[in-house]
Amino acid sequence: MSTWRKVTNLFRSKQLNDEIDEELQSHLDEALAEGRDPDEARRAFGSPLRHREASRNVRLITWLDALRADAVFGLRQLRKTKITSLAAVLSLALAIGSCMAAFRLIDAVLLRPLPVANADHLYEVSRHGVFNNQSFTYDAWSYPSFQTMRAAVKDQAELLAVSNTGPEDLTYKSDLEMERAQVQYVCGWMFPTFGLRPKLGRLLSESDNLQPGAHPYAVLSQGYWEHRFGEDPRIVGRTFRMGARVYEIVGVVDGEFTGTEPGTMVDIFVPVMMHPGVSANDWSWHRTLAIPKPGAALEPLRSKLEAVSRAFEEQRMNGATASLPKEQRDAFLNQQVLLEPAVSGASQFRTDTRRPLTILGVLVVLVLLIACANVANLMTAQASSRARELALRVSIGGGRWRLVQLVLVQSACLAVLAAALGALLAWWAAPFVVGMINPPDNPARLLLPTDWRVLDFGLAIALAVTLLFGLLPALRASTVNPVAALKGGEDPRARRRLMDGLIGVQVAFCFLVLFVAGLFVTTFERLSHESTGFSADGVLVVETVTKQAQPLGYWNQLLDQLRHREGIEAVGMSDAPLLGGGNWNNFISVDGLPPNGVIAYMRRVSPGWIDALKIPLLDGRDFLPEDSQPGSALVNQAFANAYFNGKSPVGRTFEIVFSGNFRLRFKTVGLVGDVRYQELRQPLVPQVYVPFRILREKGEVEDVGGADLVVRTTSSNPLALSQFLRDEIPHIRPEFRVSRILTQLEINQSQSVRERLLATLAVFFSVVALLLAGVGLYGVLHYYVLQRRREIGIRIAVGARIANIARIVAVDAFIALVAGSAVGLTLGIASARFMASLIYQVKATNPPMLIVPTLVLTVVAILAAIPAVIRASRIDPASMLRVE
Amino acid sequence: MSPKTDSLQGSLDLLVLKILSRRPRLHGYAIMAAIQGISAEVLRVEEGSLYPALHRMEECGWIRAEWITKENGRRARVYELTTGGKRQLGMEESRWKAVAAAVNRVLREA
Repeated sequence: MSTWRKVTNLFRSKQLNDEIDEELQSHLDEALAEGRDPDEARRAFGSPLRHREASRNVRLITWLDALRADAVFGLRQLRKTKITSLAAVLSLALAIGSCMAAFRLIDAVLLRPLPVANADHLYEVSRHGVFNNQSFTYDAWSYPSFQTMRAAVKDQAELLAVSNTGPEDLTYKSDLEMERAQVQYVCGWMFPTFGLRPKLGRLLSESDNLQPGAHPYAVLSQGYWEHRFGEDPRIVGRTFRMGARVYEIVGVVDGEFTGTEPGTMVDIFVPVMMHPGVSANDWSWHRTLAIPKPGAALEPLRSKLEAVSRAFEEQRMNGATASLPKEQRDAFLNQQVLLEPAVSGASQFRTDTRRPLTILGVLVVLVLLIACANVANLMTAQASSRARELALRVSIGGGRWRLVQLVLVQSACLAVLAAALGALLAWWAAPFVVGMINPPDNPARLLLPTDWRVLDFGLAIALAVTLLFGLLPALRASTVNPVAALKGGEDPRARRRLMDGLIGVQVAFCFLVLFVAGLFVTTFERLSHESTGFSADGVLVVETVTKQAQPLGYWNQLLDQLRHREGIEAVGMSDAPLLGGGNWNNFISVDGLPPNGVIAYMRRVSPGWIDALKIPLLDGRDFLPEDSQPGSALVNQAFANAYFNGKSPVGRTFEIVFSGNFRLRFKTVGLVGDVRYQELRQPLVPQVYVPFRILREKGEVEDVGGADLVVRTTSSNPLALSQFLRDEIPHIRPEFRVSRILTQLEINQSQSVRERLLATLAVFFSVVALLLAGVGLYGVLHYYVLQRRREIGIRIAVGARIANIARIVAVDAFIALVAGSAVGLTLGIASARFMASLIYQVKATNPPMLIVPTLVLTVVAILAAIPAVIRASRIDPASMLRVE
Repeated sequence: MSPKTDSLQGSLDLLVLKILSRRPRLHGYAIMAAIQGISAEVLRVEEGSLYPALHRMEECGWIRAEWITKENGRRARVYELTTGGKRQLGMEESRWKAVAAAVNRVLREA
C-alpha cells in the first residue's frame, strides 16, 4: 500500500476500523464453523481491540491521524466561540490579504526574474555622479558610447542596448486608423543572447543591427499578437507605419517575454538601428544591460566600462566643456559607472516605486504583527478558559508536546482560514493598487499572475503567522499545572503580563504606522498645494502630429482658427507640456564669458503660450510671430537671478552653448514668472523659452512635425471639448491629426500619484491598525474584568468609586500603552531617514507629527477601555458573591 | 506443551509467505490452520496477532488482499503473494537456512 493510501485512509478512518473488525470477526466465525468452543476460540484469539489498534497503526500514518483529530477538535473549538473566532479570522485575513497583495506587487515589480535564459546574470550599467552639489544616477546612454563600450569588454561580457519603452502612434491600415502600441528599440542580438525563440517567423539578430535606418523589421510579443491579432497565423509579412517609416513584421516571440522593463509590457520590438538618435553622440536614449561571461569578475568589468565611458565623454566634450570651470568639468567626467543586478529587469517605474513598495511592505508586515498580537491575546484568554480541559489531558497522560500540538493545530486552522480569505482580498486588491499608481498618459501594465510563487508565499505566511500568534499561547498552555488548574485557578498574573506585553507591542507598531501615515499625508498635502506658477484649470494639452513636417505657417493658422472657436479662451503651443515632458538643457554664456556652470532648461513655445497658461509677464513682451531662433528668447525670474544678478535681462543678449561649443545668440525680449519645469519637487530652475520659428543657415524656416497645443477652455470640464478638437483639427488642415488629449490638471496630478498612493494606503493601514489595537485592548480589559470580578465586587461592596475601579481595570494596560508609544516613537524617528526621499517639506521631528499619533492612540485606548470599566462598575456585589 | 508465540518471532513472516506461495488465496483463518496443521500443532500463533502481521506485510507490498464472498455467503479477506513477496520469501528462506545450519553446528560441536 502506498503512502497515498495511508493518507487517504486518514479520511476513511471509520471505514478502516469496520474493515479490520469484519476481518477479525470472520476469523472467529470460521473458528465456530469448525466447531470450536466459543470461549476457547476467543481466548486463543487474544484481545480484538489490541489487534485492531496494531493493524490500524500499520495502515495509516499515526502522527497524521493525531493531527487530523486535533484539527477536527480545533475547528470544533473555533465554532464554539464563534464571535471571537470570526473577529480573529477577519482581522488576520485583512492583514494576510494585505501582505499577499503587497507581495504580488513587490514580486511583479522588484523580484520576479525576467523570463529569459540568463536573468540571474543580468546587470544594468548606469552612471552616478555629483553635479552642482546634487548627486544623481543616470541610466541613459548614447548609442555610439555603447558601441565603444561593447567592443572594449567583448571578452568579459555581452552588452545589450534596450530603449525606454514608450507608446507610439502607428497604423496597420490607413492613417485614419492610428492606434497606440508600446514600442521598444532593442539591439538585434538581444533575442539570441536571452535564448528566446520565435513562435512564428524569426526574431531579430545581429544582422538587423548593421546600418542606421536600414532595418525596418519588427517582432511582436506573444501577448500583443494574441489580443491584438487573435493569434492570426498569417501575421508574418504584414506591415505597419510608424512615423514616416513602414515596418514589416518578421516574427512573434514565443513565451511571455514582454521587454526588460517591469511596469511596461512591450507590444512591438524594433531594431535600435531604426531609432532617430542611433548615430548621435549627445543623445542618451537607451539603457545598457550587461551579461558577464561565465567566470568573469565584476569589478574589472566595471572599471573597464568606466574607463571607456570616461574616454568617450572626454573626447565628446572637448568642445563645449573646454571653457567650463575645471571643477565643473571634472564633476562631469568623474562619473562613476555602476553595475547593478537587474534580475527582474530595469525601468523607471521600478526605480520610482522601489522605495514606496518597500515601505508598503513594511506597513503591511506591521499590520500583520499587530493582528498576530491581537489573535495571540484572544488565544491566551481562550486558553485560560480551557485550562481545566488541558489540565485534565495532562493528568490522563497527554504529553507536553501533544498539548503544544493541540493548541498550534487550532492556531493553524485559524491561520489557514484567514489565509484563504486573505488570498481573495489580495486577488482583488493588487490590480486595484496598480490602477491607483498609474499616471493617465502611460499606464503601468504588470503581470500579476496568481501562481505558485504567490501560493507558496501565502502558505509561508500562514505558517509564520501560526507560529507567531500560536506558539506563545501554546507553550504557556503546555506548562499547565494540573493540580493548581483543577483546584480552580492558577496564577493569573503571569498570563496578564503576557497579554499586557502584547498590547505594548501592538501599540508600538500602531504608533509607527500612524506616524508614517502622518508623514505621507502631510507630504501629499504639501505637494498638491505646491504652486506651479501657472494655471492648469480648464487647460487641455492636445498632442498634435502630422505625417510629414508641416510649414510653421500652417501651425500658426491652426492656432489662429482655434482661438476663435466657441468655448476656447486662449491657444498656444509648445514642444512638450510643463511637468509632463522631458528635459532639455544647456549651458548659458553671458557677454561672451565662459558658462558659469548653472544649467538652463529649455522649452520651445509659440506666441500666446504664456497667456494660455496664465504665466505672468514681468517685463518686456511676449513672442511675436516674427521672433525666431536664433534671435529672441523669453526667460524666467530664476534665469535673471542666475545670470543677471536678479536684474531684468530684457534687452540684454546671451548665448546658448550647445554640444561641441556650438553657440546661438539670443536677445531677451521678455521676463516671465517662474514655473515648475519637469517635477513638482524640483526647485524653480532657470528657464529659456525659444520660438518655434527656427531659421536655417540660408534663412528658410524649418518645418514642424508635431507639437502640444495648449488650449484654455472656458468650461469647467475641458474634456467636453476633446471630441470637437479631434474632429476640428483635421478639418482645419487635413495633414494634422490629434494623437491624444490630456488635461493639464491630469499632468500635474500625475506628479503626486506616488504620494497620493502612499498617503491613501498609509491612512487605510492606520485605520486597520487602530481598529485591531482597539479591539485587542478591549478584549484584554474585558477578560481582565471577568477574571477579577470577585475582587471588584468586594471593592464595590466596601465603597470603591468608579475612578478606583477604572484604575484597577486599566492601569496596567495604560502603562503598556505609554511604553509602547515610546518605543513606536523611537522606531519612527529612526526610520525617518529611510523615507527621507519620499517625504516633502515635512520633518519627522515636527511636533505635530509626534503629537497627533499619540492623541489618536490615547483616544482609541480610552474608547476601548470604557465598556470594560462600565461593566466592572456595574458588577453587583451581592449577586457576584452569591454565585461564588 | 506448545511453544509460546514468542518463539515464532521473526519466522511468522517466513511461514505465512511460504504457505501463500504453495496455496494462493487463503484467508487468515486458513493460513493459521495451515501453520498449525503442517507443523503438527507444534507451531501456534496467538490467532489474532496474525492479522497485524498480515497487514504489515500487505503494507510492505509482499502480499495483496481482496474481499471475496464464499459459497456459504460469508465475506472473507483472502491473501496472495506478489512478485515482491516471492523475492522476500527467497531471502527469508535462505536466511532461515543459514541460521538453522549455524544453530545445528553449535549443537553438534559444542
